[in-house]
Amino acid sequence: MPDSFRRRRPASPTAPSASFRWSRRIFLTLLSLFTLTPVFVMISSSLKPLQDVQGPFRWIPTTITLRPYLDIWSTVPLWHYFVNSVIVSVSATAASVVIAILAAYAVSRYRFPGRRLFTVTVLSTQMFPGILFLLPLFLLFVNIGNSTGIALLGSRGGLILTYLTFSLPFAIWMLVGYFDSIPRDLDEAAAVDGCGPVRTLLRILLPAAVPGIIAVSVYAFMTAWGEVLFASVMTDDTTRTLAVGLQGYATQTDVYWNQVMAASLVVSVPVVVGFLLLQRYLVAGLTAGAVK
Amino acid sequence: MRQPLRRPRLPRTALPYLLLVPALLLELLIHLVPMVVGVVMSFRQLTQFFIRDWSTAPWRGLGNYRTAVDFSAPVGRSLLNSFWTTCQFTVLSVGLSWLLGMAAAIYLQENFRGRGLLRTIFLIPYALPVYAAVITWSFMFQHDTGLINHVLHDQLHLTSGKPFWLIGDNSFTALVTVSVWKTWPFAFLTLMAGLQNIPRELYEAASMDGAGAWQQVRRITLPSLRPVNQVLVLVLFLWTFNDFNTPYVLFGRSAPQAADLISIHIYQSSFVTWNFGTGSAMSVLLLLFLLLVTGAYLLVTSRRRSADA
Amino acid sequence: MRFTRIAVGTALASTLALTGTACGGGSSSTGASNSSPKTLTYWASNQGASLDIDKQVLTPELKKFEQQTGIKVNLEVVPWSDLLNRILAATASGQGPDVLNIGNTWSASLQATGALLPFDSATFAKIGGADRFMPATIASAGAAGQSPAAVPLYSMAYGLYYDKKLFQAAGIANPPTTWDELVSDGKKLTTGSQYGLAIEGGNVSENVHNVFTLGQQHGTGFFDAAGKPQFDSPAAVAAVKQYVDFIAADKIAAPGDAEYAANQSVTDFATGKAAMLMWQAAGANLKSHGMNPDDFGVVPVPVPPGATGAMATSSMVAGINLAVFKNTKNLDGALNFVKFMTSTDESTLLNKAYGSIPPVKDAQSDPAFGTPELKTIAGVLANSAAPLPQVANESQFETLVGTAVKNLLAAAAAGQPITDDTVKAELTKAQQQMPAS
Repeated sequence: MPDSFRRRRPASPTAPSASFRWSRRIFLTLLSLFTLTPVFVMISSSLKPLQDVQGPFRWIPTTITLRPYLDIWSTVPLWHYFVNSVIVSVSATAASVVIAILAAYAVSRYRFPGRRLFTVTVLSTQMFPGILFLLPLFLLFVNIGNSTGIALLGSRGGLILTYLTFSLPFAIWMLVGYFDSIPRDLDEAAAVDGCGPVRTLLRILLPAAVPGIIAVSVYAFMTAWGEVLFASVMTDDTTRTLAVGLQGYATQTDVYWNQVMAASLVVSVPVVVGFLLLQRYLVAGLTAGAVK
Repeated sequence: MRQPLRRPRLPRTALPYLLLVPALLLELLIHLVPMVVGVVMSFRQLTQFFIRDWSTAPWRGLGNYRTAVDFSAPVGRSLLNSFWTTCQFTVLSVGLSWLLGMAAAIYLQENFRGRGLLRTIFLIPYALPVYAAVITWSFMFQHDTGLINHVLHDQLHLTSGKPFWLIGDNSFTALVTVSVWKTWPFAFLTLMAGLQNIPRELYEAASMDGAGAWQQVRRITLPSLRPVNQVLVLVLFLWTFNDFNTPYVLFGRSAPQAADLISIHIYQSSFVTWNFGTGSAMSVLLLLFLLLVTGAYLLVTSRRRSADA
Repeated sequence: MRFTRIAVGTALASTLALTGTACGGGSSSTGASNSSPKTLTYWASNQGASLDIDKQVLTPELKKFEQQTGIKVNLEVVPWSDLLNRILAATASGQGPDVLNIGNTWSASLQATGALLPFDSATFAKIGGADRFMPATIASAGAAGQSPAAVPLYSMAYGLYYDKKLFQAAGIANPPTTWDELVSDGKKLTTGSQYGLAIEGGNVSENVHNVFTLGQQHGTGFFDAAGKPQFDSPAAVAAVKQYVDFIAADKIAAPGDAEYAANQSVTDFATGKAAMLMWQAAGANLKSHGMNPDDFGVVPVPVPPGATGAMATSSMVAGINLAVFKNTKNLDGALNFVKFMTSTDESTLLNKAYGSIPPVKDAQSDPAFGTPELKTIAGVLANSAAPLPQVANESQFETLVGTAVKNLLAAAAAGQPITDDTVKAELTKAQQQMPAS
């Protein structure tokens, strides 16, 4: 098994038949259309004047303007929200992944009393409807603030804590799965070489689980990046995140569709680019990741 | 289930517990404790008269629960209606998302020209902030000025009149569409990562045995992905069932009856109408249901998994 | 199972600790005090075309206040999507702003929570007295017979906006003064892609405001004198049906209006797709859509012929109230700030900036409020506007009835027949969902 486990290239079925290739072409074309249509609408709408956006839909804008891209910065403090979102999402992701790695290592590599209880408990938190604990959590933060002076409410810290626990259960579960799929012979070999548990984790498991860790990080990041409900109650105008801040383009008097679209595109570009880079890393990690 | 795999013979120390402490503490603080408070709330008559000082809210015992499950009265009936809607929505959305994600992952398993580009395209829905994506869909679903009706009615002449998508019965279709669009890239991403762990030699061996592409998928890919699928399907189910953001952005505070998902329903019952007691009771019932489903699911899938092993 | 015991023990202990304190809630600091006299936190609602415009309007005024009193005001403009949730959370936790804006229809509901400082006569005296304000606006600041929970800040009322050019083209000399006229004019004005009337049918609040006015004209306030809901009374059914019929039977409003919730009806009116619109001070908004102020006229919303008293109501009292959070640590400063914001000068300046009517009587003499549009609206406010039911369950009423109307409009738009029975069934369902309290 250790020999055949060697991953030389991304695994793939060999020599696909013509029917397979055709079905692939058709399916992927349709799927791309489905995926990209809203993106196209966003781009074309973001280039139209407000009157045109409010009028009947046209595929190609009759008048093209870059005005929305200038206006987005003043209608709402977009840059400020963006920075908040980046800080909150990145911190929550980093913390969540690190904590999940530790927990997943314990669950995957040790048998101990309470192991099952732990996994079930953590998993069950995924079932809690957010509505059920939104208000209690708010009160908890207030109480912590009153008794310890640590202001969690309206601060990025409170939001980071909350979001990191949102992604934690799934992160742990996924990582347990990935760690489990890494043969234990490798650990034993490392133990024979004199590696302690920490070194085994760092040297053996982490490199082999890179794709899993990246998938989990992306998930944790997006969970924090898009969350609306908790952010709307737990932030104020200095800590407001994009997910709620974008609603500012729907004002008392008007919905600035073109600006919503422009702003969404602008803030999404860095994320999409980030995905792109990670994807390369993911593939590279796989091809180079022959286990010692 | 307790088949001992070959575990390293490490001394039984406190180490695993130490590793679990951070995760446990945080879950306890952010989820479990507030949830217990939520359960306490569900036994009280927590209306606007009492939210300022909870201790004065009278205990209602099971009163809130009785209100919630009295299916002959409108409150209970609409909760039940909302529950069924959510079930249908979840099954459809998770099923379609998984199918699309699985198919895309398999089709993109082998290298060909444009593969990297497609992979990037497919992750776009996932990279857009939820609000941005859903508001765009609501823009497209508009009756008079939306793209969907423009295509269906003006260009393809498929419908006699312009249908409504954001109100009335079609709103369910709209909701499923948006949810699938938003969810399937996650299934795709997860399955793609899972596929990378399948040794290439398995395919080569199968290929030498004369298995075609479809048989390889059925005999190698799907069984190898079972552990990933077990978790993936479960979390997709839980997220979709509890999804708040999509219907909230698509329909606002009051969703059309056909698309009245349970999360929005409970939100309305607690935040909009300021009755946190009943809202909490509904949430607890929802939680019990999800616990039951998850328990059953894990029991069934784990048994099958260990039987296969 | 050592681990299990530890986990259960910890969970139990921390739960008890939390519930112990949580149940105490915000009660630890119920009273107002003056322990922090140098700062105030102010939550402003979004009144202008963007959050940023609001900041630009308010910041110089807050600076002025700081110069006069030495009190620094921390401003946060809270979007409408978040405002009520933020207020609820602040109420439940006792941790909120010192002074805040509330939609005036929320007054009685928020009053019932006890989180807002009551404006009794002594408190009113500190800000210059209640008789500085128009009576209708004070009536929309809390339940009758109780001290108001807030003071009016910006006021508004509905008017019937009509497109002069389209009326002329259809050969209609005068805007309608009765509903029969409105419907028959509307039919003349409905041709091709143009409709007689635009309504915001997907917007729960707009629906409630309009059916409330119609309800008054049919003789119901949706609640009886004891505060019990009467949503499905014959008068209420008639009022709601009249509104839904604009799409269902009269067909003077476009079916597409049933899904409007992003002010598309204003756009439709401004772009000539609809000839009439019932709206609160839409002037500035219409102008931003490129409509010439000379091209539209404003008259009061029709009332039944010969109606008097409540039956002659042509609008709800709309507007924003200013409230003081009872937990404030700077009571004197907060009241000082309320006095400043409702002073004649500030009331003039701010209402001018937002295109609303000053609830402060002395401020109305400013020429800025002498435009035909604002004069009509001010007249409605003074003579024929009634506040939405000032009952503790007002927000439930708004949600449930507004949603019922939305559902009925959706059914009408889909071509389903709307009868008294379908209207009544929907309203009965709404009423049965009202909490029993």
